[in-house]
Amino acid sequence: MSELQDRIKTVVENEPVALFMKGTPQFIMCGNSDRALRALRDAGAPVTAVDVLVDPAIRQELSELSGWPTIPQVFIKGELVGGADIVEELAETGELEERLSSALGPEYREQAEERVVSVV
Amino acid sequence: MGSSLWGDGYHAPMAASEPLETLLRRAFPDATELVVIDRTGGGDHFQVVVTDARFDGLSLVDQHRLVYDALDGPLQDGTIHELRIKTKGAA
Repeated sequence: MSELQDRIKTVVENEPVALFMKGTPQFIMCGNSDRALRALRDAGAPVTAVDVLVDPAIRQELSELSGWPTIPQVFIKGELVGGADIVEELAETGELEERLSSALGPEYREQAEERVVSVV
Repeated sequence: MGSSLWGDGYHAPMAASEPLETLLRRAFPDATELVVIDRTGGGDHFQVVVTDARFDGLSLVDQHRLVYDALDGPLQDGTIHELRIKTKGAA
């Protein structure tokens, strides 16, 4: 495993909610990343964002790791939840909040700060 | 240079979503609903809807993976810039 893939894996496994997106929450560069972030925010999720546009290798290594070909990618406690369509769908049915609650504990909203980390 | 060379290949973006539909139909021959929408008309932003009994009992991640697998070619070669997926089981 490359060092980059190792760092990606660390983020995926250690962050409560990891969002790999195009751009950052402050400067979103893609409609689908925006949709995923909105759904997570609405559910009160503590989002740790990684901007994949910083280096094309991030996207490549991430997809190799997850087996998911597109961006954004959302993980809760290391488990792939899906891309924008799935996260939106789960948010609409209320399942997203249920999953956050069961993975992070019912008080998960209290630690809902948003941050950006780099893997390069 | 023969004009037919450009004539055939260049200004013929054709129905941009046709190949996707063919790929999906091959992967989901029993789908009861299979829709491909070229969202912007540019041939690179697509919405696909697939309803198939094969999805029954699968997580959304696994359902979408089946669609990604079917569209691996255009996803890899960059034909698809953005893909929105909606999958439904028969149940």
